[in-house]
Amino acid sequence: MTPTEKNRPAPGNRLDKPLTPKRSRLEEFWALFRKNRLAIAGLIIFILFFATALAGLFLTSGQNPVFDPAQIRLQEKLRPPMAKANLNSLYPADVPRLGIYLFGTDDLGRDVFARMLQGAWVSLTVGFVAVGISVFIGIFMGGIAGYFGQILLKMDHILISGLMVAGIAFMVTDWVLPGILFFILAVVFLLYTVRAKKNARNLAKPAGSGFLEINAFSIDTLIMRIVDIMICFPSFFLILTVVALLPASIYNIMIVIGLTSWMGATRFVRAEFLSLREQDFVAAAKALGVGNLRIIFRHMMPNAIAPVLVSATIGIASAILTEAGLSFLGFGVPPPHATWGNIISDGKRFIFDAPWLTFIPGIAILVVVLSFNLFGEGLRDALNPKLRERH
Amino acid sequence: MDTTHHHILQVSGLKKYFPIRRGFFQRTSGWVKAVDGVDLEIEKGQTLGLVGESGCGKSTIARLILKLLQTDSGKILFQNQDITGISEKEMKPVRKEMQIVFQDPYGSLNPRMSIGASIEEGLRIAGIPGGRTRQDRLAYLLEMVGLSPDNADRYPHEFSGGQRQRIGIARALSVEPSLILCDEPISALDVSIQAQIINLLKDLQEKLGLSYLFISHDLNVVGYLCNTVSVMYKGHIMEHAPADQLFATPRHPYTLSLLSAIPDVEPVGEKQPQPILREGQSIAEPTTGCKFQEHCAWVDAPCRDGLVPLQEVDKKHLVRCWKEAHR
Amino acid sequence: MEPNDHPLISVQDLKVYFQGDFETARAVDGVSFEVCPEEMVCLVGESGCGKTVTALSILGLVAIPPGRIAGGKILFKGENLLDFSESDFQKIRGNHIAMVFQEPLTSLNPVFTIEDQIGEAIKIHKHIEGEPLRERCIQLLQDVGIPSAAERLHDYPHQLSGGQRQRVMIAMALACDPDLIIADEPTTALDVTVQAQILQLFRSLQKKRAMSVLYITHDLGVVANIAQRVYVMYASVIVEQGKAGHIFSKAQHPYTQGLLASLPTRSKRGKRLYSIPGTVPNPAHKPAGCPFHPRCPYAIERCRSQFPELCDYGDGHLARCPVLFKRKQETGKNISQR
Repeated sequence: MTPTEKNRPAPGNRLDKPLTPKRSRLEEFWALFRKNRLAIAGLIIFILFFATALAGLFLTSGQNPVFDPAQIRLQEKLRPPMAKANLNSLYPADVPRLGIYLFGTDDLGRDVFARMLQGAWVSLTVGFVAVGISVFIGIFMGGIAGYFGQILLKMDHILISGLMVAGIAFMVTDWVLPGILFFILAVVFLLYTVRAKKNARNLAKPAGSGFLEINAFSIDTLIMRIVDIMICFPSFFLILTVVALLPASIYNIMIVIGLTSWMGATRFVRAEFLSLREQDFVAAAKALGVGNLRIIFRHMMPNAIAPVLVSATIGIASAILTEAGLSFLGFGVPPPHATWGNIISDGKRFIFDAPWLTFIPGIAILVVVLSFNLFGEGLRDALNPKLRERH
Repeated sequence: MDTTHHHILQVSGLKKYFPIRRGFFQRTSGWVKAVDGVDLEIEKGQTLGLVGESGCGKSTIARLILKLLQTDSGKILFQNQDITGISEKEMKPVRKEMQIVFQDPYGSLNPRMSIGASIEEGLRIAGIPGGRTRQDRLAYLLEMVGLSPDNADRYPHEFSGGQRQRIGIARALSVEPSLILCDEPISALDVSIQAQIINLLKDLQEKLGLSYLFISHDLNVVGYLCNTVSVMYKGHIMEHAPADQLFATPRHPYTLSLLSAIPDVEPVGEKQPQPILREGQSIAEPTTGCKFQEHCAWVDAPCRDGLVPLQEVDKKHLVRCWKEAHR
Repeated sequence: MEPNDHPLISVQDLKVYFQGDFETARAVDGVSFEVCPEEMVCLVGESGCGKTVTALSILGLVAIPPGRIAGGKILFKGENLLDFSESDFQKIRGNHIAMVFQEPLTSLNPVFTIEDQIGEAIKIHKHIEGEPLRERCIQLLQDVGIPSAAERLHDYPHQLSGGQRQRVMIAMALACDPDLIIADEPTTALDVTVQAQILQLFRSLQKKRAMSVLYITHDLGVVANIAQRVYVMYASVIVEQGKAGHIFSKAQHPYTQGLLASLPTRSKRGKRLYSIPGTVPNPAHKPAGCPFHPRCPYAIERCRSQFPELCDYGDGHLARCPVLFKRKQETGKNISQR
């Protein structure tokens, strides 16, 4: 049916516009969010933190940084905050930029303020990257578990994938020969079953015959049991173990934290999907012929993402805490790079003599984590669809 | 019906049973026979009304026809093509030809997609190239259902129920179908809006040559809108006739009780309760014989014995009732 | 019987407003009606017209922030209910005025037996317990037409069908012999055959127990079936009122006429259905003057600016349209739409 004059409806058929003036979703969201003062406070602190970290990155890196976090001044060790630099005992190049030590010095005479600035960036990146990884994995796993959940895996699929995974695992851990063997076995098996299925379709053999056709369990079960297994691991100790085994680097830490915290997002997404799947608009999309992947990511995911966003903001806080904990235990980013955790760690021996080494990074972590939590809760309330529905 | 080329849809022997699982091991202890051997036919450009109360299986039939659910047995012929067992890949081009409008205007649109985007999904599938062409076609569709194209970037919650239903219709039309299944499209709407949507559906049918399967529990609307009507009860078609005949001379006791139960605006005064319906003693379904036996005042021995088949009692008028068939 | 002689309950110029983030929604905007003893009155209107809020405000069930009573009186047996405190309301709820809600599924508590739920109001208001209470519950179940009432007492709501649950709701409402039952769309969620039975039940109960019923619905067919007098609501005001016979045979407000003309019936088959153009206004953005004027085929200039008064057609029939009233007076003929 191509538009022609005959087909065009009479102008008198046009009905009223919607009754309220246009407001974008962002405006509506902001109006709701604005009401929660604590959440606004959280947002402001978050913005400040972000700015500080970014500034810190620039101000403390390079050959001649504005604030030098690594400059050792043994004659100035354990100076209290706001102490003036002793110009007589220092080389001109070693004098702190502002002439005073804003947050004091540590046991090596390093400027704590500069170290805090440097550490802010670490905390920020660890938080965001780790959570980014966990959300990415969680969305995938949760979406597939929620959408395809009821599809049953047959024994032949499981056997083939099991053999493949075993093969790859062997190859990675240097038992190359058995690895390749398993892999070839898997491929052979795959070809055999594909062929057998083709023949079976021609012969109209009933499904359910033979061991290989047994329905073992559903994809949903598989993914959720993996989630359960991962949850059973005490994650901090798992991270500790992995970090201790791998070479110490900020990237390893981020990745490991990310790989051990995707379970919450998975459960949220799966729960939302289970209810979304029954909604008419999903059936409408299927009836139009939209493909499964597009339905999952374009149609359903935007509806399921709200709890994930909330848990992500709180997850950033938790990742920052984890990194601080790792640094405190000595398993974090290697020295001399400063992180808030290792400032506390270095200062623990001097907690009575130089309490600022503990309190300043401690309070900073507290404030940042609190702000993220408040922001996350404000986000959750603002995104709550029940409050947005007009009818 | 032998002139098959006039029928856009022919369904025969459709069955869908849902398992009832109990116990720790999820054993199947019984079946809910949602659809138990249903035959339907829709002629091109015509409207078949499918009437029944809640739980009779009419919505399940819509999903079976659209292949959103797997049939347990039976045959579905759409535009003379047997689509019962075909794969999803083969079904994709067929999907463009049949679409659905849902009952709930609040759940049938994606709350996170603008209405323009929702409709454009269909345009994308219909192969309309992106950019200007698609925008024009989108505007055309919105105008066709009586909405201003300026509203394409608004979200569903900004619209009223009737407007959302129009958007749902526009989405269904975006792929240019020949058959539209209307699953109680006006039940959730206000009375003054119902008339608007009914008129819209009628206009579209005339302009575009659409065929409709109109599912509803409201006999008034069905009587107004449909050419032929099938009355469904607990998974079975109990009566089928052209609309005029069904309302002029209803034969099945269930149809009679439905008709007498409709509160009618025209005669004012008290309605006498019909002796046809009696309160069922149990909620469980009868395992043999006619499904209506629990509530039927005319029930007799043959009703309990075996399933009565649909029999022609008059020209194009079929009834599944032992008593009526032997009159 | 005639209205206005010793009404049981008299709502006078009731105004209930809801404060939103950006605007005030005037859900009930100057509504007046009466229910006389032993009378079945229907309040008809579409969704958003304010009928449910009206009913809830009679029993003080409107959430006070964000809602507020902005004016008016509700006189029940000589007292103004709007002056009542929460404890005063608790004495009349379930006792003198009872309510039946729309969704029998969610209105019954799933973890209590039928006996507990029906008996609760009796226990609280009449202080009856034990065996006499049980017998009274059985009697009530029989009155509402539930077979094997004695066994049913120990059932839980999920063991009953929708129609039976609604009957239980009605039994709960009847428990203390109220003077007035407010029924808010009690049959909307039910199948049409069950609805017919419930309507029949209402009719017989009202006669037997000589009580009044305020029946709220959007379904004109239901109104035609049971109402003695009708109030038609649109956009938070009453636009027409009168005896059921008058409303259906010679409606005098364009909205009522439009509603009746837009009902699909078999007799209209083949003809185009009349439909009222436009949509119901948002309670926060009502048009000035007559709330119906943007959709009205008879609107004149003054309709856009002046809020119309109720015009009296005699015998209790009033309609809020001076335009049609004038035409009727001039031509003596009834104007109706096709």
